[in-house]
Formats: sequence, C-alpha cells, structure tokens
Amino acid sequence: MTPRELMFYADAIVAVMTAAVVVLNRNPVVCALSLVLHLCSVAVFFLLLDASFLFAVQIILYAGAIMVLFLFVIMLLDPAGEGVVGRTGRIQVSVAIASAAVLLLGAAKLVPALAAPDQAAQPAAEFGQVMSVGRLLFTSYLFPFELASILLLVAMIGAMHMGKKGESE
Amino acid sequence: MADAVPFGSIVLVSAVLFVMGILGVMIRRSALVIFMSIELMLNAANLVFVGAARSTGSMDGQMFAFFVMAVAAAEAAVGLAIIIAIFRRRRSTDVDLMSALKW
Repeated sequence: MTPRELMFYADAIVAVMTAAVVVLNRNPVVCALSLVLHLCSVAVFFLLLDASFLFAVQIILYAGAIMVLFLFVIMLLDPAGEGVVGRTGRIQVSVAIASAAVLLLGAAKLVPALAAPDQAAQPAAEFGQVMSVGRLLFTSYLFPFELASILLLVAMIGAMHMGKKGESE
Repeated sequence: MADAVPFGSIVLVSAVLFVMGILGVMIRRSALVIFMSIELMLNAANLVFVGAARSTGSMDGQMFAFFVMAVAAAEAAVGLAIIIAIFRRRRSTDVDLMSALKW
C-alpha cells in the first residue's frame, strides 16, 4: 500500500466518523462543527486526488463561508436541539434503510469493475492547478460559468427578500 | 506522484458518505440538520467527480465539482433564508410540524 493510499484510508475513517456525528448528534451546534471537520477531510481527499484548486475552494467556500452561515443561523434560531434524535415515522426509517441497502449493494457490485488500473497514473504537471482550471473556465465552460454567476445573483436577491421582515406577517 | 488511489475505493467511500446523508435526511427532524445532510450528499458526489477526473486524466470532473460547489452555495443561502422565514412564523424548525401542504 502506497503512502497516498494509506492517507486516503485514514482520511476516509475521519470523514465517515464526522459524518456519523452530523447525522446522530442531537445538538445542532455539534453537528455543524463536526460538518466543518468533515468538509476539511473531503478537502484532504481533493488534495490526494491532485485537485489542489478545489482543495482551496473547498476550505474557503464550504468550511469558511457556508459553515459560518450555518452557525449564524443556528445561533439565531434555537440552539437547544431536538428532544429526540430519531424520527417517529416508521415509513421514513424503512425508506432510509432500504435506500441505504440498495445504494451500498450497488456500489459494492461496482467496485470490482472499477478496480482496473487507472489510465492516467501520472497526470500532467498542471493537472488541477489554478491555471488549467481557469483556462477551462473561460473557454469550454464559459456558458455554465456565466449561468452560475446569474444563479448566485438570483440566490442572493432571493435570500435577502426572504430574510427581511415581510409584509405577509 | 505515481501512486494513485484505486477508483473503486473512492466510489465505495463516497457511497458510504452519500448513504449517511440519506439517513440524515430521512431520520432527522430539525430542518437545519437535514440541510447539513444534504451538504454531506453533495460532497460525496463531488468526491466521485474528482476521483473520476483523476482516474481518467481529464479535468472535466473537477469542473463539475466546481459548479456543484457554486450551486451548493446558492442552495445554502436560499435554504437558510427559508428556514429563518419559517422559524419566524412557527417558532420551530421541526419538519414534522410543516405539514400544511400534506395531503
């Protein structure tokens, strides 16, 4: 096992454990802080997979901006948490277990087929760096890039409109 | 740089994380934690995109992950605004209480 694989599996353990805390803990503040750790572990995944630009974006955007927003809203609302963690409905739990089983079985079936050696064992030097990402962003992906900026503008206006004290109350 | 993580194990880790997100959405009652579980699922999908980009040697997967992040940011902003608006009206973020449109 190579050092990179070893780091991948160690990071996978961290990611799964922090995700479990997010799902199972009854205090939303603990959930949010655990989610920050989880997002950082996913960022380490990106680093191990030669996506250094996405690593930086993951830290700045997710662990920075989005999680600050989450924590701010949690503090604004009630940090007391749910009385009980579990849902009472039997339908939800059975659907959850069924979908989990189907997805995990499908993934387990997929794994041997994907274990074939990778085509690009040695990526190009600038693979995943800012320059190659930026060049793609302003050539092949120019239209989605502009769409994303419009989406963010619409989301910003919508969030401001919903956030302010409305006349509907 | 020559050593690479096998794509199969990336898919498996990502499937486990995605399933945990599904479980969170299904069994939690707090709308905030349901939102966090959705973020878990988006990150699991991003992991597969980046892993596929690495194993095929093409940058397209990374670009997709980048756009998923942009959409996730928009989704978080709008979703949290909705949660605040609902909380203002109902003093609660329990999704079991939001059943006005339920048949």
